[in-house]
Amino acid sequence: MQHETASPTARHHRHGSNAGQPLTRRDGLLKVTGRATYAADNHPDGTLYAVVATSSIARGRVRSLNVEAAKAHPGVVEVLTPANRPPLAHDPDEKMPPFGFRVEVLQDDTVRYVNQPIAMVIAQSLEAATEGAALLDPRYETEPARTGPSNGTRFDPQAIGVGAPARTAHGDIEAGLAVAARVTEAEYVTPSQYHNAMEPHAIVAQWDGDRVTIDMPNQALALSCASYAAYFGIPAENVVIRSPFLGGGFGSKAILNGPQILAILAARMLGHPVKLALTRAQMYGPVGHRGRTWQKLRLGTDAQGRLTALHHHALGATSSFDEFIEPAANASLPLYASPAILAEHEGLRLDIGTPGPMRAPGEASGSAALEVAMDEAAEACGMDPLDFRLANYAETEPVTGKPFSSKALRECYVEGAKRFGWSERPLAPRTMRDENGFLVGWGMGTAVFPCPHFPAEARATLRADDTALVETGGVDMGQGAWTALAQIAAEALGLDPDQVELRSGESTLPDGGIAGGSAHTASAGMALHNAGGNAIAQLAELATADPESPLFGAGNIGVVAQAGRLHRRDDEQRGETYAAILARAGRTEVVGTAKSTRDPAVASTHAMYSHGAVFAEVKIDPDLGQIRTTRLVGAFAAGRIINPRLVRSQYFGGMIWGISFALHEEAITDRRTGRFLNADLAEYHVPVNADVPALDALLIPEDDPHVNAIGVKGVGEIGITGTVGAIANAVWHATGTRVRRFPIRMEDLLAGSSAE
Amino acid sequence: MTPFDYIRPATLPEAVRAGSAPGSAYLAAGTNLLDLMKGGTLRPERIIDITRLPGLDRIDWLHDGSVRIGALVRNSDLAYDDRFARTFPAVAEALLSGASAQLRNAATVGGNLMQRTRCAYFHDPASACNRRSPGSGCDAREGENRLHAVLGWSEHCIATHPSDFCVALTALDAVAETEGEHGTREIAVDALHALPGATPEQETALAPGELIVALRIPAEAARFAPRSRYLKLRERTSYAFAIVSAVAALDVQADTIRGARIALGGVAAKPWRAREAEASLIGAAATAEAFARASELALAEARPSGDNAFKIELARRIVARALALARGGTPEIMPALPASPFSTVPGADHAA
Ligand SMILES: Cc1cc2nc3c(=O)[nH]c(=O)nc-3n(C[C@H](O)[C@H](O)[C@H](O)COP(=O)(O)OP(=O)(O)OC[C@H]3O[C@@H](n4cnc5c(N)ncnc54)[C@H](O)[C@@H]3O)c2cc1C
Ligand code: SF4
Repeated sequence: MQHETASPTARHHRHGSNAGQPLTRRDGLLKVTGRATYAADNHPDGTLYAVVATSSIARGRVRSLNVEAAKAHPGVVEVLTPANRPPLAHDPDEKMPPFGFRVEVLQDDTVRYVNQPIAMVIAQSLEAATEGAALLDPRYETEPARTGPSNGTRFDPQAIGVGAPARTAHGDIEAGLAVAARVTEAEYVTPSQYHNAMEPHAIVAQWDGDRVTIDMPNQALALSCASYAAYFGIPAENVVIRSPFLGGGFGSKAILNGPQILAILAARMLGHPVKLALTRAQMYGPVGHRGRTWQKLRLGTDAQGRLTALHHHALGATSSFDEFIEPAANASLPLYASPAILAEHEGLRLDIGTPGPMRAPGEASGSAALEVAMDEAAEACGMDPLDFRLANYAETEPVTGKPFSSKALRECYVEGAKRFGWSERPLAPRTMRDENGFLVGWGMGTAVFPCPHFPAEARATLRADDTALVETGGVDMGQGAWTALAQIAAEALGLDPDQVELRSGESTLPDGGIAGGSAHTASAGMALHNAGGNAIAQLAELATADPESPLFGAGNIGVVAQAGRLHRRDDEQRGETYAAILARAGRTEVVGTAKSTRDPAVASTHAMYSHGAVFAEVKIDPDLGQIRTTRLVGAFAAGRIINPRLVRSQYFGGMIWGISFALHEEAITDRRTGRFLNADLAEYHVPVNADVPALDALLIPEDDPHVNAIGVKGVGEIGITGTVGAIANAVWHATGTRVRRFPIRMEDLLAGSSAE
Repeated sequence: MTPFDYIRPATLPEAVRAGSAPGSAYLAAGTNLLDLMKGGTLRPERIIDITRLPGLDRIDWLHDGSVRIGALVRNSDLAYDDRFARTFPAVAEALLSGASAQLRNAATVGGNLMQRTRCAYFHDPASACNRRSPGSGCDAREGENRLHAVLGWSEHCIATHPSDFCVALTALDAVAETEGEHGTREIAVDALHALPGATPEQETALAPGELIVALRIPAEAARFAPRSRYLKLRERTSYAFAIVSAVAALDVQADTIRGARIALGGVAAKPWRAREAEASLIGAAATAEAFARASELALAEARPSGDNAFKIELARRIVARALALARGGTPEIMPALPASPFSTVPGADHAA
């Protein structure tokens, strides 16, 4: 199979070091010319097409399927149902460690949510498979669907998110509330949201004996290989996943799902490559979503506006058969100083597909509630919302007391406020109008996101011709990994990025870790940094031990790699090129390898987060309630910035998602049947350009000596946090109406206004 | 996919003959029909592609000053036709507030008129829907009906007609010219879409196989050119169907209203002409009080069909606003955000 990988396409004019340069995307030209190969673009010879038949009920069992009719349709090759589905080596009703969920792969005839796979039709054409699936005409035994708090079952979860404790307590909440001068208490509701990546979950699976090659968009290559290997009873090295490009993932392509497992199974069963691409509607169910939450906050404040207690309780929806509880209340743990903090979670079992991580899982929905609650508390104290946050600034991590590895949040507040013009903001709501009579409101929120680190490995081959090949199984879901990782490697190797070829996006390469948790640049980047360092160290060893080298004996002083040359740390003039060192040693290359993990000692002594402050302006029609976010300014501090262009783009994306969360996005389901009523991009609203007139993201310098050797934190998810609250608070400031349900709609604002 | 016959007639009579056979559907740009087929809502046995029929893609100005628009004229071609936009600015604004630029470039005038409701239960083959499957019931009645009808609905169906274009056409007394098995006829756009009553499946006045060949807007409607607006509320600033919308057109002379046109969108199974409200304005001064009275009259019969009482109040307010904007005069140039409240104020900074 022909496989294109990205290669550098243009020479960049640069100043100074590689890292920190706003290079454009290396893969940009491939993408805009349609030559970037996405999973479904692969057409191996003999490919068969699979279509999943999905359930239209939320709970019950499939009583019958007209398999004969489907099979009789011309072109249909096979119909997979629970009756003939070949066995799997791992029980799909058991979780797959470490992050895998229970999956529905036709293990029985029960239906546990709408759009669950109930059969798979494989045919010679997509059309035949589609019609075959339609001909199955499923009949069900239907049980009443549990679709909300009134009929779902509440329970105390063992863990939330991907294994966090359900309850975290610090100090005595009730005592803190008892001494408070004021207590602010409110409930906030967030809807279910679906990832809706542009590229649907697609897969092309091809077996050769007991080895399988899989083309699919995948955010966690090595982990997925191990999991597929467990399902198919083969060694992990027999699974090759190729995922050079993803058309968005947002968390939904990090975890295995039923339909894709079935496609691999069908390929083995039929001895043909099998291609499957979910339809947009089929992405509403088996591939995760952001679960609904109902969050209660209680904030106690003293006479000076300092928190005496911060209590965040989150009820989170999950499926009837597995758990992913949005860790929303944990958003209250890292941000504001309070003598008493309690974050606790409850689960609600519904007949839905299991939720999963979606860009800023927990942080986004939790921050939405917390930042509005903080605004309400500031209002109760008669304080400016920014002053109120500064009065509660956490100098150390609130619950643990650990110092922050770095925290330039104060600078974010100051610079963001300055750029926005926050100091002009009147305290009282409904006091600002623009020249055309629209209500104007200003609101703000704090952004925060942790800095996890995933173990990763890399290899760096430095060649005599002043080029290098660097390799890590990283993943570019659009965030720019192809470019930023090459920049980090080039820096470590003392080369220009144009001299560095990056191989990535394939599981055969050294494990690049997971593209998730906003940790990919730090994790895979550190592995590349170390591998490059290892290659340079080998080169330095050759040189410093060679009496003919100008670097002979410089071992103790140390050498520096720069512009394809090693020189003495104390004298830039004394050095020689890599080529010269290799030539004399009779070598054509040196190969550096490395792993990166986080030093547990540093992790246990420091709290590590990216921070930011977001300021929003909304304009609202006073009679009609139509809302528009007219201005957003975010100021973010996230350690060292490898590529400001890509980072700003991540912040923009996050902030736009914040607009979406605040004003637009919501999956609507029928409360009786649980069926989706807007599972398409016409009716599932995300912002369009007209909703985003002005965006500004400030990169606040931050030097972090602890987080990792390259000082890199995460930028992928933080932009959503803070933004949702900022917009909701701006809506209040414009209208005086406090809306506690997302997305905010125009009818929420009607009661408070009247026609003029 | 269900196998279907694909027929591409070369002449109008051929098309009508093919279209009159049971199980047929006309295919224009397909932006609505093909979506419905892919989702399993509609499974026609025969697709009659009318896009190659000759002569249906023209905009002709007739001697009496009226305009005749071929059924295959693209939405954007019509909206950007200079003379058309100057003569019937509210129609152009309505067109440009619909869908997206890409869709408008494809969508035809006839297809826009004949597009089906966006009621999600109509789209979902697993739901009960009298309109799609007569007698099966209406899952919207007790379901998610926040955006459903507040006027003219029945127990059998509470769907709305989603077109923006039709709202402006109705207000201006536009007429559809059709060709059917029994010859040609004219149907007022206001009479084209049916209220559901007990037969919601009877969506339009067209007989099976009857094809819309053109639309005419009478010359008389040009008198509103100086003062007419289309206004549309939606869940994002652009690219969304109306929650409610309104067109208002006024002929004001010496401070007195000589003619008024008001129609609402998103409120009923058809574009809703508010004739009593119009009548209340004739001879009156163009004041906020008169507009408030008209807006009350326009919604006098309205009642919620579910969780949608807010739409009645919104509709009242949007009628009053549209009238006020019409009084203020048609904008010199098409606003950057057509029909949005955020571009209603002359001189507003549309980039804001
Ligand atoms: C994402 C999305 C958003 C949209 N938003 C809006 C919006 O905001 N406002 C709005 O008004 N519309 C909106 N639309 C609808 C759009 O305007 C229609 O899809 C389009 O106008 C249909 O035109 P067409 O030529 O593609 O029709 P087709 O899809 O080809 O046909 C539509 C129907 O009309 C019938 N038909 C077509 N031509 C004739 C004819 N000459 N005589 C008789 N019957 C005919 C067909 O049989 C079919 O039933 C949206 C559509 C989409 C997909
Ligand atoms: S409102 Fe009309 S279109 Fe919608 S489900 Fe009911 S009958 Fe069908």
